[in-house]
Amino acid sequence: MQENQQEWDLIIDGKSSLFDLKLKDVWRYRDLLAMFVKRDFISGYKQTILGPLWFLIQPLFTTITFTFVFGNLAGLSSDGLPKPLFYMAGITAWGYFSDCLNKTSTVFAANAGIFGKVYFPRLIMPLTIVVSNLMRFGIQLLMFFILMGYFYVTGGAFNITWAVVLFPLLIVLMAFLGLGIGMIITAMTTKYKDLQFLIQFGVSLLMYATPVIYPLSAAPEKYKKWIELNPMTSIIETFRYAFLGSGEFSAWSLGYTTTVTLVIVLIGILFFNKTERTFIDTI
Amino acid sequence: MTTAIKVENLSKAYQLGTIGTGTISRDIHRWWTTKILGNEDPFLKIGETNDRSTKGTSDIVWSLKDINFEIEQGDAVGIIGKNGAGKSTLLKLLSRVTAPTTGSVKVKGRVASLLEVGTGFHPELTGRENIYLNGAILGMRKKEITRKLDEIIDFSGVERYIDTPVKRYSSGMYVRLAFAVAAHLESEILIVDEVLAVGDAEFQKKCLGKMGEVSQGEGRTVLFVSHNMASVKSLCKKGMVLQHGHLNYSGEIDNAVGKYLGGNNQSLNYSVINETNQGFVLKTVGIKNTYSTFKDNILRDKEIMVEFSYDNQTTLESLYFNIKLKDDEGKYFLVTASDNERELVTIGENKAIMIIPAGFFNEGTYSMELMILNQSKNGYDQIFYDPDTLYFQILPEQRALGTWMGKEVGYIRHTFEWTT
Repeated sequence: MQENQQEWDLIIDGKSSLFDLKLKDVWRYRDLLAMFVKRDFISGYKQTILGPLWFLIQPLFTTITFTFVFGNLAGLSSDGLPKPLFYMAGITAWGYFSDCLNKTSTVFAANAGIFGKVYFPRLIMPLTIVVSNLMRFGIQLLMFFILMGYFYVTGGAFNITWAVVLFPLLIVLMAFLGLGIGMIITAMTTKYKDLQFLIQFGVSLLMYATPVIYPLSAAPEKYKKWIELNPMTSIIETFRYAFLGSGEFSAWSLGYTTTVTLVIVLIGILFFNKTERTFIDTI
Repeated sequence: MTTAIKVENLSKAYQLGTIGTGTISRDIHRWWTTKILGNEDPFLKIGETNDRSTKGTSDIVWSLKDINFEIEQGDAVGIIGKNGAGKSTLLKLLSRVTAPTTGSVKVKGRVASLLEVGTGFHPELTGRENIYLNGAILGMRKKEITRKLDEIIDFSGVERYIDTPVKRYSSGMYVRLAFAVAAHLESEILIVDEVLAVGDAEFQKKCLGKMGEVSQGEGRTVLFVSHNMASVKSLCKKGMVLQHGHLNYSGEIDNAVGKYLGGNNQSLNYSVINETNQGFVLKTVGIKNTYSTFKDNILRDKEIMVEFSYDNQTTLESLYFNIKLKDDEGKYFLVTASDNERELVTIGENKAIMIIPAGFFNEGTYSMELMILNQSKNGYDQIFYDPDTLYFQILPEQRALGTWMGKEVGYIRHTFEWTT
């Protein structure tokens, strides 16, 4: 009789309710998220001389390579923009998305040790990745702004448009899209690891299906529809439009991306939460 | 008293063998029967209990099967069992590292589990940073850690190194720091695996002392898994014995420890013999602590008596009891005999009692060989002999928390008189 009156704080059982997103639990552990981000940041550059400056080396060299190979050798269009500026805009934005996706897609395998020993909302881990990468993205963005300043002084042809106010939305979209796809993949790879191999080169191939090294306007009409189906397309295009004033801005396609992103994130969380319960037995 | 943890029909199945291409066809089969046809999972039905040594036919084993128990708030419960009995699985389920196959666990209060000390420690971070990180992983809020930071550093005893990356720490310092964080958790329920088997003896004392403080002083619920019977006994009032994934016993810690140490061999504290030879009937032989019954466990720090009851119907000239004690491998370690032949031969029902002083035996499982002789003019005449009359366990005493918890070697642990 007493047992009926008693309120339980926690019930652990074999079944899981599909639509419990467990976001309340995540909120309770928000300090842990902050701690993990701090850990990633500190451990990332400890015992290096250049420290966080290393985050700049990769996009810088990629920009130089792309400018040379795609811009000068292949002669791809850069929509009338200074070539380094054009490529760096694409690389910076794409880099954030692909970092989020790549790291999230191995979150179960990479953290099996800690997940096997202690409980905390597993969602904290992918969220940490997104936030940690945001810092890196910020530093790279800074370099992009410096480059913008350089071309402004030397009279490069670009202009910042009103769409800059959409920038926070773009960040959220990139983060969520990478997070969502990554969570689906990591949930699917706890038992069968085949997808891991696909993701490794899949993400780098996907870049070519996104207007990173070419503007959407330069894509042949035949393929344009398909490229527009890629939710990253409107993000990159809007990003360039906002900061450089080139490319197209379409509220429709940004709306499409937003919808797709929300659906993917929702599916991702459901998948992730379903898998987190017992993945430690099969990984 | 309210219930802190209620476990109902808890089971966990594991799959043996490797996961590969073979498993996908089975997964599809399983998905088809359970999700589409709505039938019972065919693979769980044929599951077997988890007995490592015997070869089974199924590759699904039940690491835990139909476990039911309740733990009252404020109880300190020791979970004991051999390797593979399901202790770790139970802890994993309780601490939500993995979910049960069937059944449920209901918990009242915040749970903190320590399946390992130093989970999530990052070698590049300093001691201080790791305190925050580890504390947060264990479920502490940042301000809570800040409030306890000095206390934690003080307890760990690594103050001098606190701003040095932990990769420079000795393994002992690492463990000290890790335990210090865990020891300052503020949860209503604390689940602790055998994390205390680390560090030096001095630190182990400190850990156990702290754990005792937590359970006895602060009235929190503690679940403690260990192979060290002395520490389990000192910390816990109640005990649970797991065997092959089943709950074998749940109740007082003394009985639980006895059950565990008894293992497969039934211990025999009291034996009814009723054997007649030359008009002498040996009725019963038993061993117990002097002020308890034969049903109770025998504790090493209390006086022990061996009682022989017999009925002497003829005029034996003398009786001579010869007792040999053997360890659990059958090796003799002690021989003793009665020295009051004349008094023992009174006609009628009689009792002979041998007193063993408190603290004489070391903890362990022993058996007693008994030989009774009649000494006459013709020499010794054997009237009773049984190489395994009794089979009994001596349980460790409850030691003060903060003292050494290891098992002493040997069979006799008598304190002799010392003078200077």
